[in-house]
Amino acid sequence: MRAVLGIFIAMSFLISASAHALKAGVPLEFESSEQEELYNDMLHELRCTVCQNQSIAGSNASLADDLRGNLYEMVQEGADEQEIKKFMVDRYGEFVLYRPSFDASTYLLWIGPFLLLLLGVIVLRANVRSRSKINRSSDLTTEESELLAKSLNSQKEKK
Amino acid sequence: MNRHMIPLVVFAALLLLFWVGLGLNPKIIPSPLIGKEAPKFELPELHDPQKVVNNEMLKGQVTLFNVFASWCVSCRAEHHHLLKLQRQGFHLVGLNYKDEKQDALMYLRQLGGDPYAMIAYDYDGDIGIEWGVYGTPETFVVDKKGIVRYKHTGPLYREVIENELIPLIRELEQES
Repeated sequence: MRAVLGIFIAMSFLISASAHALKAGVPLEFESSEQEELYNDMLHELRCTVCQNQSIAGSNASLADDLRGNLYEMVQEGADEQEIKKFMVDRYGEFVLYRPSFDASTYLLWIGPFLLLLLGVIVLRANVRSRSKINRSSDLTTEESELLAKSLNSQKEKK
Repeated sequence: MNRHMIPLVVFAALLLLFWVGLGLNPKIIPSPLIGKEAPKFELPELHDPQKVVNNEMLKGQVTLFNVFASWCVSCRAEHHHLLKLQRQGFHLVGLNYKDEKQDALMYLRQLGGDPYAMIAYDYDGDIGIEWGVYGTPETFVVDKKGIVRYKHTGPLYREVIENELIPLIRELEQES
């Protein structure tokens, strides 16, 4: 009797594991709030590859629905964030992550904007310097500067 | 270099960047499977559910693994190419993805026949996920050792078949 019951319980687990298509309007149940949080976080971190500017949270594509099902299953089986990301990246590539990992192929993506900013600062500095050099090099002769000072003074007196 | 040339050079660089960047198709995502062993799977055969189709059956010869469905409009566009490939003697294995059996059989009848040596029937789409399927039709080339060597997303057309697919298969057939 106990063996039969054991088989029955095992079977019911198998059935629940394979029936992963999520039904609309039925709230998901989680064992812990951490799992629920992980599920919700990952929903927004994973890109739907069919409709590329949506996460799988917001997409109505049938694939997104399947992936939500897979995600739910993995979370329930106790997978952590790294395992879930690896599962998705192994199948769909780095592209499924809205925040790509920081490695050799993505250095330029992450650092590029800062490099451009640095380049801008360098160009700006060079420009400002060369301008101030122009101003300094326009030295007047002594006569000219006396004349300038005189005319400036006369301007002041008029006021 | 003349400093007045700088804006021109920057402009030319941007032009090149946009020329290449905007020419790329953002729908084409490089498959992480290329160079790796084909995902393990075991599914019933579409015509005869008593038989199974699994990844071991892709080995031994160069195989075109083609993902299709009766609801997939662009699959219809490539079907006659698949029939031609079969007539030319290539080994095609189908993955019928998230489809109703009757619809799939009707689809094959309507479009002039079944080009596949066997069809794995993936009703709930789990094996599609293993293969990273996101836009049917998709076609993979699997070599004799069962390693995925190539992927084409979207319907096959003559240029791809003649310039990429067939030369690659011929090359892979030479490998031991």
